[in-house]
Amino acid sequence: MHLPDALRSPRVLLCLVALGFLWPAAQAAAQDTSTQEAAEAKACAFTKVEAVEQYGGPLPPSIWGRLCQIQDGAAAYPAGVTITVSKDGEAIGEAVTDEGGVFVVELPGNGTYQVRLDEETLPEGFSLTDERFATLGAVKVTFGDQQAVFRMGEDTRGARDFEDYATTFAKGVRLGLILGVAAVGLSLVFGVTGLVNFAHAEMVTIGAVAAYGFNSAGLPFWLAVIPAVAVGAAFGAASDVGIWRPLRRRRMAMLSMMVVTIGLSIFARNILQIYFGVGSKQYTAASGQRESKLLVFRLTPNDRLIIVVCAVVLVAMTIMLRRTRLGTAIRAVSDNADLAASSGIDVDRIVLVVWALCGGLAALGGVLYGLTVNVKFDMGFVLLLSMFAAVVLGGLGSAYGAVLGALVVAIAQEMSGLFIDTSYKFVTAMAVLILVLLIRPQGILGKKERFG
Amino acid sequence: MSWLSILALALQTAIGFQAAYHALAAVGLNLHFGYTGLSNFGHVGFMLVGAYGVGIAAERGWGLGVGILLGVGAAVVLGLLLGIPTLRLRGDYLAIVTIAVAEMLRLVANAGPSARLTGGARGFGGLSSKLGFYEHNVFEPRPGGYGIGESFVFSHQQLWAMLWTWGLTLVACLLVYLLVRSPWGRVLKSIREDEDAARALGKNVVVYKLQSFVLGGVIGAFAGMLIVLQAGAISPSRWIAPLTFAIYTVVILGGAGTIWGPVVGSVVYWFVIQFAEGVINNLWFDVSDTTVGALRLAIMGLGLMLLMVYRPQGILGSKKEMLAGARQ
Repeated sequence: MHLPDALRSPRVLLCLVALGFLWPAAQAAAQDTSTQEAAEAKACAFTKVEAVEQYGGPLPPSIWGRLCQIQDGAAAYPAGVTITVSKDGEAIGEAVTDEGGVFVVELPGNGTYQVRLDEETLPEGFSLTDERFATLGAVKVTFGDQQAVFRMGEDTRGARDFEDYATTFAKGVRLGLILGVAAVGLSLVFGVTGLVNFAHAEMVTIGAVAAYGFNSAGLPFWLAVIPAVAVGAAFGAASDVGIWRPLRRRRMAMLSMMVVTIGLSIFARNILQIYFGVGSKQYTAASGQRESKLLVFRLTPNDRLIIVVCAVVLVAMTIMLRRTRLGTAIRAVSDNADLAASSGIDVDRIVLVVWALCGGLAALGGVLYGLTVNVKFDMGFVLLLSMFAAVVLGGLGSAYGAVLGALVVAIAQEMSGLFIDTSYKFVTAMAVLILVLLIRPQGILGKKERFG
Repeated sequence: MSWLSILALALQTAIGFQAAYHALAAVGLNLHFGYTGLSNFGHVGFMLVGAYGVGIAAERGWGLGVGILLGVGAAVVLGLLLGIPTLRLRGDYLAIVTIAVAEMLRLVANAGPSARLTGGARGFGGLSSKLGFYEHNVFEPRPGGYGIGESFVFSHQQLWAMLWTWGLTLVACLLVYLLVRSPWGRVLKSIREDEDAARALGKNVVVYKLQSFVLGGVIGAFAGMLIVLQAGAISPSRWIAPLTFAIYTVVILGGAGTIWGPVVGSVVYWFVIQFAEGVINNLWFDVSDTTVGALRLAIMGLGLMLLMVYRPQGILGSKKEMLAGARQ
């Protein structure tokens, strides 16, 4: 949080943004295959309303669907294909697709079924995208009827155009901003107390769970955000008054305090699990989202709102830290607590405010993260590793560094999903983390000091 | 369940296989945390690589010897990989990187595309015959098992696994006993007490820390291997961060920086956990398995906090020597 360090940030940011744009642009120029994927997906989309229309009446308890393949740019439907439904190896029912490619297999009731497409019966010119998926291993029927989807035709998913890169980049920015909002508190707390708070993850979860509680109690989602952030701030402040301040008074070693934060984290996470359950749940605002195009980015309305909210919050926080008396005091304490105290700053009060701020921002990050994925008792812990990577990358204790680090980590993580299997995406964050520690241990904006 | 059988079951758990492998892993962590003052928050990562070394070797039919070599080798490599960038930095960096990398290893083992190497989310089952661990069992199978009453009973296979795990724990404890009394061990303790002072006396602090980190990690890897040997199967879901912190609780409960602390800590920890679970099950009827698991971890988390605050030296430790009191 030094002025010269902060001045360095716009340049670094600009470079990164430029790199992020140039690289995919070069890639896109190299392989200019325009995707018709979106259009094709649309042509083959099949809704329940259409199914009822084609079936000619309300659907019975069943597994239904439509086989569809793009041929010469138009959707074609194979007729006479046998679809078999079985449960635990026993055949339950069978149906043959009609002229419109539609099949409806009636079922005795809810449960998990295996659905098999008999490839022998496919008419000429039709084929499955991936023959391994001729049998869908576990189709869950929970609400009486369920659609089963077989992907057909050549796989066009591999081909990408500039729009895909741009959209992935935008999604990375979205995740980065959420991560920044969630992680900035972690860095602020480290700045003023020197504590690495492993229970930060649970503050994130508490925000999301509280918002879910208010939301499901009838409050509109965007209104529920406010009390959820208040709950997070209250939790942050309470943990300072109840736990961390007494421990600071005892002059407990930082390493021991870190172990205490771990204990708190495990305790809180499991209490949340008992209270909230192991399942994942959704906000009311998370459903019915459709991507639409803005310049070259395909984003949902929620995505845009999230980006705007995060950007506004982060700018407001920067202004607070730079221009207000409170912000100056926070920076003074994180520079040197003893010196700040001797110039008349009430250090305990500042630390309390920072804990409340940290709790509130973490809660907001959690709420917004819960909007992009689902709300789950361990969502914060999943995010924690990326937050650590972000904070270390930016420099432990630097608030701006945390935001910058979050953007780099999130964009690198999302973009890497385009080149390696998405289940390895998180490895990118760790690789970035270890690389930074090797090359520049103080992080991008961290204070230079002797480390070890 | 009667109170007596709750007590008997708690005692059975306290000396059973779970307590044994927690003790063995805790000996390694104690070398890190108790003697050198390293905040290794990813001990489970060492256990994971040890376990997968044995598991993968068995699955491919390479035998147990190759598996052990593989596991130890992987633990050494992991220790160097984590240690070299972080041990020259402040302690919090080591904490962050170890917890992150341990979690990453689990996710990589769990990922679909890794299935060819690690078996993916399912892991490998039916390794018992390939490992041949139970072939030399000295305990004969006996109906009703070995023990007293209905709850304090072990099967012949459990006894064999316990014998090996407690035996290795004993060996590891003796090794640590000899090491910490040597000049090398005194350097470790001096690093824990005051790193700058040790450096000022001309000791290459990073090298000592790295040696301790790798050695403790290898002990942890052995604990992981024994888990695979006992179960005859391996899956990624076991190697989660709470396991590391259960081992932390064991180390601190027994007394960090003491020879027998990990053993005492593990026995007491498992007695308390099993007893609490029995009581909860007895008093609170319709409690599901997942809730019991979560409650167990919640109790552990609370216990870890309270221990660290009110009795950081644990059962055996002296407050004077405990890290928490020694340094600010």
